[in-house]
Amino acid sequence: MNKEGKIQVWQDYQKEIADDRYFYVRSCIRQNFFPGAEQTFLKILRSELGKDIYENPHHTTCSGIGYHSDIVPFDTIQTIVARQFALMTEAGYQNLAVSCITSFGIYNEIIETWKEHPAELEKVRNYLKSATGRKFEIPQNVAHAGDIIYKFRENIAARKKFSLINQQTGKPLKFVEHIGCHYSKMFPSKGVGGAEFPYVLVGMIESWGGEVIDYPERRHCCGFGFRQYLVMSNRGYSVSNSRKKFESMEPYKPDAIVSNCPGCPMFMDRWQYVIEEMEGKTYGENGQGIPVLTYEELAGLVLGYNPWDMGMQMHQTNVEPLLNKMGIPYNPDLKYATKEGRQIGKPTMVSCGC
Amino acid sequence: MKDFGFTIIKQRTIDYDQFDGRLLNEVLEMEPSFKVCLSCGGCTATCSAGDLVSFNVRRMNLLLRRGETIELESEIQKCMLCGKCMLVCPRGINLRNVIMLIKKSIAKYKPVNS
Repeated sequence: MNKEGKIQVWQDYQKEIADDRYFYVRSCIRQNFFPGAEQTFLKILRSELGKDIYENPHHTTCSGIGYHSDIVPFDTIQTIVARQFALMTEAGYQNLAVSCITSFGIYNEIIETWKEHPAELEKVRNYLKSATGRKFEIPQNVAHAGDIIYKFRENIAARKKFSLINQQTGKPLKFVEHIGCHYSKMFPSKGVGGAEFPYVLVGMIESWGGEVIDYPERRHCCGFGFRQYLVMSNRGYSVSNSRKKFESMEPYKPDAIVSNCPGCPMFMDRWQYVIEEMEGKTYGENGQGIPVLTYEELAGLVLGYNPWDMGMQMHQTNVEPLLNKMGIPYNPDLKYATKEGRQIGKPTMVSCGC
Repeated sequence: MKDFGFTIIKQRTIDYDQFDGRLLNEVLEMEPSFKVCLSCGGCTATCSAGDLVSFNVRRMNLLLRRGETIELESEIQKCMLCGKCMLVCPRGINLRNVIMLIKKSIAKYKPVNS
């Protein structure tokens, strides 16, 4: 195919991402496991890019975890989502920016349902009205927060303090990019690059100087799977999936893993520790783990934010190997200190690679 | 090993980059009739041992062709060498000889530390 043809085809794999004025909805689990990631996103949008992004503290979970675990019925989740949209409408916004991949899938699933079955929409309008007295409009644009960082990746690159270059060798750092399943596997047209060529993280990594590894199990699920994880005895399925990916990526010597999902980085981070404890196996260099980052944390590092301010001490797999390679200065003594310098105590559980 | 209340499941992936075909090649060389097996399962259906234990001649074929030597070794121990499989085989494969060849050579090709 000639170049013009390729460009034409690639256009079909793009999605529309709103330029400004976002209503932000947070993730349930990211605030616990990667507590600084969402705040970093807001800081980048407001301080670095000068965008209008608003969040209402009254917004709730989308209840996706309960829905995918067969606990929350479809009518209930539709009404909860309708309430989020009502808060957005009341605040005068039309563009939804979603932090979580599960929520992103839920919002798209419900909006598509309403398009296909208008009777469902009317039913939910009545449910919400009778329960809360609220009215809502369907968002004009639904973007994942990663889409927004992708859209402005060159603006971030223009302001970068650090590149994704190994300062010791001068070569690009090698990244594993992992796309959450609910980002584009459910509705391919809603993700940058679709389900076949997801480009949202690749675009960021390449713009900031890094290199992406194409390894055999690149598109394999991280293993999260709500039902695989929620029941403890099922967690072997989850860790086995992650291990399959680690085994597959290990020969390519990745410097870090980046993901756009809440569950994927959490499990790829935690399971490295579990595998080390259960099998004595680590996948990084020198017996260390492979650092696992969210895209906001990666953007924050590129922009020169303090890794401890971004909550990267909460990772189970230590991030220091990546910080050292990027040449980012950090104070190890402040890793577990508050903003005022008070030590909060080191975790009793040993991190992966220690 | 720390107990987390669950276990890590062993991978079932067959990595053909790591495939050791030496035993298969030796068997096919010594008993060329085995090349024409069409995996119909007639051998398994008539197997005397298979009636008593979980022995499956067709599975034995699969394990050999996948290079799963460890599983293959325990599987062929169950064969009683009665030869009924040979009577029903539509391709006339000398399956008893196949099993004897595997038994004879498998020790040479078992992975170290297995």
